[in-house]
Amino acid sequence: MVEQADRARLSDDPADQLTLPFSRPAAAGAEAAVAQETASIDSARSTSRRSAGREPRRATAESMARQQREISVSEFFTKNRHLLGFDNKRKALLTTVKEAVDNSLDACEEAGILPDVDVHIQQRDEDRFRVTVRDNGPGIVKQQIPKVFGQLLYGSKFHRLKMSRGQQGIGISAAGMYGLITTGKPIRIVSRTGPRAQAHQYKLAIDTQKNRPDIISEETVEVDWPSGTEVSIELVATYHRARQSVDEYLELVAIANPHARITYHPPNGTVIDYARGTDVLPPPTREIKPHPYGIELGTLMKMLKQTECRKLGAFLQTEFSRVSPAVAAKIVGQAGLTMQTWVNSIDPPTAEKLYKALQAARLKAPPTDCLAPIGAEGILRGMTKGIKAEFYTAVTRDPVVYRGNPFQIEVGIAYGGELGGDRHDEDVDEKDLDVQARVIRYANRVPLLYQQGACATYKAVTDTRWNNYGLSQSAGALPRAPMVVLIHLASVWVPFTSEGKEAIADYDEIRKEVRLALSECGRRLGSLLRRKKKKTDFSRRRDVFHRYINEVVDAARAIAVINKDEFRRNLVRLAESHTEAADLEFDDTGRAIKPSDDDGNGLGLPDTVVVARDEGEAPAMDELFDTGATAAAKANVKSNGRKEAPAAKKKRARKK
Amino acid sequence: MAKTKTKPTAPERSSKRKSDAGEKIKALALSVVDQAERSADPSLDIPIRALSNVSFNPKTRYIEMGGSKQSRSFFNFGQAKRFMQTLLVASKCKELVDAGKTASIRQIYYMSKHTIKGTNEKTFDDQAESDPIIEDLEVSIDTLREELHVFASNRGNLAGPITLVDDGNTLDCTRMGSAGYAVPSIVEPDAVQFKKCEAKFILHVEKDTVWRRFHEDRFWDQHLCIISHGGGQPARGMRRLLHRMHHELKLPVYVLMDCDPWGYYIYSVIKQGSINLAYESRRMAVPDAKFIGVSSFDYERCGLTDDVKLDLDANDVKRAKQILSYPWFEGKKPWEKEIRKMISNGFKMEVEAMINKRLTYLTEEYVPMKLADRKQWLD
Repeated sequence: MVEQADRARLSDDPADQLTLPFSRPAAAGAEAAVAQETASIDSARSTSRRSAGREPRRATAESMARQQREISVSEFFTKNRHLLGFDNKRKALLTTVKEAVDNSLDACEEAGILPDVDVHIQQRDEDRFRVTVRDNGPGIVKQQIPKVFGQLLYGSKFHRLKMSRGQQGIGISAAGMYGLITTGKPIRIVSRTGPRAQAHQYKLAIDTQKNRPDIISEETVEVDWPSGTEVSIELVATYHRARQSVDEYLELVAIANPHARITYHPPNGTVIDYARGTDVLPPPTREIKPHPYGIELGTLMKMLKQTECRKLGAFLQTEFSRVSPAVAAKIVGQAGLTMQTWVNSIDPPTAEKLYKALQAARLKAPPTDCLAPIGAEGILRGMTKGIKAEFYTAVTRDPVVYRGNPFQIEVGIAYGGELGGDRHDEDVDEKDLDVQARVIRYANRVPLLYQQGACATYKAVTDTRWNNYGLSQSAGALPRAPMVVLIHLASVWVPFTSEGKEAIADYDEIRKEVRLALSECGRRLGSLLRRKKKKTDFSRRRDVFHRYINEVVDAARAIAVINKDEFRRNLVRLAESHTEAADLEFDDTGRAIKPSDDDGNGLGLPDTVVVARDEGEAPAMDELFDTGATAAAKANVKSNGRKEAPAAKKKRARKK
Repeated sequence: MAKTKTKPTAPERSSKRKSDAGEKIKALALSVVDQAERSADPSLDIPIRALSNVSFNPKTRYIEMGGSKQSRSFFNFGQAKRFMQTLLVASKCKELVDAGKTASIRQIYYMSKHTIKGTNEKTFDDQAESDPIIEDLEVSIDTLREELHVFASNRGNLAGPITLVDDGNTLDCTRMGSAGYAVPSIVEPDAVQFKKCEAKFILHVEKDTVWRRFHEDRFWDQHLCIISHGGGQPARGMRRLLHRMHHELKLPVYVLMDCDPWGYYIYSVIKQGSINLAYESRRMAVPDAKFIGVSSFDYERCGLTDDVKLDLDANDVKRAKQILSYPWFEGKKPWEKEIRKMISNGFKMEVEAMINKRLTYLTEEYVPMKLADRKQWLD
């Protein structure tokens, strides 16, 4: 089908492709694209028919054969660039930055370097921008540079099962290709592998017919940085700052990657610095072999063909995870084969038997130590750094498996503060209440900005009964609350709904995990809200008592001779003790904390941070976490004239 | 209107009671102050005025209030305001008692109503809030409304051969004009005294219009009786006066009500007292009062026509059954027959139904017939 479509387009003037309208439907998946292509074949055919002037013999097998030839991946993607996230000028800018930043972070982490990423966007013309992204990573060996950046589907990530941001090795080359097509300018790469190595600069174009890099220039250059890679692409794009923009993307990257420092130079000349929140790198991820439950028959047959093992027993044990000799013996027995069967003797029907035996075998779940979740603490560091809220909590679920692929779900919630009015507060303005919760989604730490509604994680949010946790929500909608919900899926293979990597496919296992994590966070939020409500109620009560105390005192005084002042004092004292909960807001830190609490958030909850309402900025997370995720205690030390989180105070107090 | 007039002597009239009620209010306030001092929640114990806390005493034959009390605590969020209101009303009553003045329950409402300092909130929003507070106060310090110097509006009239002294004025109730003697809210012996009485019995009718029929026909003259009405359910003044005339002048009381559940209930209030004011039954009930009509058997007995029937609705039936289950009706066979007959009739009748026959039928034939035949009375 795809071949046909391309063949029909091959005869088109290449100029057409350059002037293609940039705005394709953003949601177009592979199927939609194919349908579009098919439509254009039909119109091409009818045109040729008319010009012929008579009913023609449409085609012969021979004439068709003349047109049948290999198409290159690059060519295919030039035409289907929406599949890669280049549907329109706005999105093109985002995708270019995204691919470059993802590569930088992956490279740094793999090399064990704390990432420092510089992102420059310079405006060249009304709709022309130059995107330059530089990292402090390990750099790329000179010979590899042209292939990595000038050839689609070339990379280290496609062939392995390992948790990383990029998966296919398409992204950055596609961005370069887009830039080349729209501006004619080649992609420029400077890379240096170490302080003693020379920096190499390449200017590359891509030969779309052959999917091959086309080296325009190659030279050594002087740079002032010790190691890393700088990619620079000029492209036709538009810059904006609202939702789904580069600005939002980098903001979200900073939240999910607190170990990275990102310096962003947007076109307007300002500099936005996302400082590092932690010096701890995520643990290195391990590559794993596929688990038998996660493969399909075709994959099995391909593996049989490609393996270097010659005997079936060895094949099963080396190419799969969780297949022990005993298990392998059982499987081959089940398939009517032996451990000694030659791998190359297995024909398709036998392969199918083997496949069934594999699926029927009782296997341990795949290893899960290959995942590197952000961790509840990391999420809290990221969220407190990037979101000004009142309450933060995070949950990291244990790893589980979908279709043989281990994955792990993490959820964080930020609530209140500058996100909007909280109806559980006393003095809230009705106008501020009408805010909808915002969902920020990540797959392997990469923010997902598009196709929210199609994403399994989003559905899990709308499926959750937030009413149970004190929020208002209409059925099937996001809760109406000043809240940000962060959802992270970490997996060796993220099941995206399309190549654009925008939405996570709706696997029951995934949705269930997200829902469980959301419920846990929701319960914690609920306990905060209940407490706030109680506090509000009690302070209302105290108001009532105080209001009536004078009346009662005056009435009693009118009846009998009493000591008015003493009577009033006694009543006030009683009123205070009856509404103790209202005092929670009167303690000297301005926090809702009872003296007996020792978990740092006053709620007795794990992995939760509560920030005093009038606090100017979120607490510095280094201080917050200096005794672990749930640091304890409070001391009344002020610094920089702002109130501090309790854990921070403890640290300072200790230092004294 | 009035025959003679002497200066009222209010202060000396109630001097003894004054100190009594005043002391009780004072004790109440001091107990609150004391509780606060002992760090106890200031609270008032208020006897419950509901069916659950009343019982029918077969010996005395009236409704008595039980011992159940409800604590009204200041630091109970739901009760704080009423607690404050109770003390406020108490202080106003104390003021009245000390000054020797009286005030109506509406005046008490206005006296106690003000805006709480620093708020928009009023101490009382409605008289409906203050009226029950006054009753609460009465029962919690075991004092009568009169002793608190509080009165309700006049309701009920009477006429007949009796001479009263009211507020120092001597009144001959045969010569009170077409409206008769308006019965005041407070008819205690220190306010109203009986000077002379030639009546042999009292005929109490349900409402003003019927009473006017009897008055115009000078029924009291022909039968040498007192005719009275309470304008529906009689207020405390009327009931207290009936009680006093019955006990002090030994006048039997005959009650003529509409033939409907409401009429039955009014009769029972006169006879045994009400649930809400059970603590007053002792001073108000007339256990010997007799119900002489209108009975549901009178339709056939008097040969009435369809024209007088009023449909009995579901509510009436429900209420009738409820009345039948009250301990003071329960087990009384004639009453059971009467109420069941009304339900099976499916209609109710007003006293005025008798006039359907002839204008004078009610006063000249029906009531004399009823009074003459004890067997038709219901007890």
